Amino acid sequence: MLQQAFASPRALAVALALVLGTGAGAGAALAAIPAAPPATASAPVVTIGNFTFGPMTITVPVGARVTWVNADDVPHTVVAVDNSFRSKPIDSDERFTFTFAKPGVYSYFCSLHPRMVGKVIVKRP
Amino acid sequence: MADNETVNEGRRGALKCMAWAGTGVVWGLAGGLPVGLGALDAEAATRAAPATPFTFVQVSDSHIGFAKPVNPDARATFREAVAKIRALPDRPAFIVHTGDVSQLSKDQEFDDADQIIKEAGLPVFHVPGEHDVLDDGAGKAFLARYGKDVDGGARGAGWYSFDHAGVHFVALVNVLNLKAGGLGSLGTEQLAWLKADLHARSASTPIVVLAHIPLWSVYPDWGWGTDDGAQALKLLARFGSVTVLNGHIHQVLQKVEGRVAFHTARSTAFPQPAPGQGPSPGPMKVPAEQLRSVLGVRQVDFVRAGQALAVIDTPLA
Ligand SMILES: [Cu+2]
Repeated sequence: MLQQAFASPRALAVALALVLGTGAGAGAALAAIPAAPPATASAPVVTIGNFTFGPMTITVPVGARVTWVNADDVPHTVVAVDNSFRSKPIDSDERFTFTFAKPGVYSYFCSLHPRMVGKVIVKRP
Repeated sequence: MADNETVNEGRRGALKCMAWAGTGVVWGLAGGLPVGLGALDAEAATRAAPATPFTFVQVSDSHIGFAKPVNPDARATFREAVAKIRALPDRPAFIVHTGDVSQLSKDQEFDDADQIIKEAGLPVFHVPGEHDVLDDGAGKAFLARYGKDVDGGARGAGWYSFDHAGVHFVALVNVLNLKAGGLGSLGTEQLAWLKADLHARSASTPIVVLAHIPLWSVYPDWGWGTDDGAQALKLLARFGSVTVLNGHIHQVLQKVEGRVAFHTARSTAFPQPAPGQGPSPGPMKVPAEQLRSVLGVRQVDFVRAGQALAVIDTPLA
């Protein structure tokens, strides 16, 4: 019954309108972070916004330094499913960086909000 | 604020559709069956009370350390909540705090929360929220401070139970060892403990369950549920009166399923949107003058003879 309640077209329309509306706000907030590193192939940036890792999957070369930046109003974490890396709580506008020295597929999630999941695919150049 | 109005209207519709009762509604248990009581019925129930009724208070999600535009000072609003408790005409037996005491599990945040809640002059029972287990020891700081039962001994990851005036209270931990893609989790060790803890109780013992994340699936897409919550509810199924008090979602939602009544509480720090009614479950922005109308405390009254229970949610203003 709960699922049906929110599957109604009207509820979805409201939700969609809000997603679009706040998406713009989150982008603006990110742009306001002064020291955000420029994203490059070997130093990509994952933005955490609206309880989502964006992009959810990134592919990087071995040795890449990946930085997560939290654009949300709440803290999040970045924790590898295999425990190979684990951030401290990343508060609003804070960041966490990890260098991927070995090729592989690294699944990770937020330990506070475990529905938040992402993946880093590390390939030999 | 057109967006805001849309949200509110959607929210009303959703609540009606899900048959969830709104703010300030009084629920009672009569003969094991939950019934909504009007204010007058609630009064009548109180008059018929035996000489040993008692009241306790639930606060939740104080997020001490939170300082964002929606609420620049979560300490101040928590202090207002405690002042409201102190001003209650019937002195509560104790306070339960259903988690997210702190924003980032910092000692200073816990210290400040303790100082403020102490102003109520009442015993306090805590369960942790996910914000309270962010220390390097993944919850050790919280456990050292609050994870004790009435005998002073800690069990498992901090779960415990106690009795008060014939009511059995069970405090559960569902914010540890969360799995990628999952929801809240109790774990097999805690479920085994719960089974043993409930074993000796008679089915007529009123049970109150405390846990941070809702034990029922409020809205899994936002993580508002507990993966193995159904297993705990199965263990509780034989009892005539079960009241589950949760926090985490920063709003009052109520649901009755069989003889189990579920209640989520308001935060004392900031509101969150109704299930699915926003881009994420993050803090919901409200105009400053409206903030205190969406924060609050909860009073729970027990009237033993009739097994009546009343849950009264009061906003800060
Ligand atoms: Cu998170």
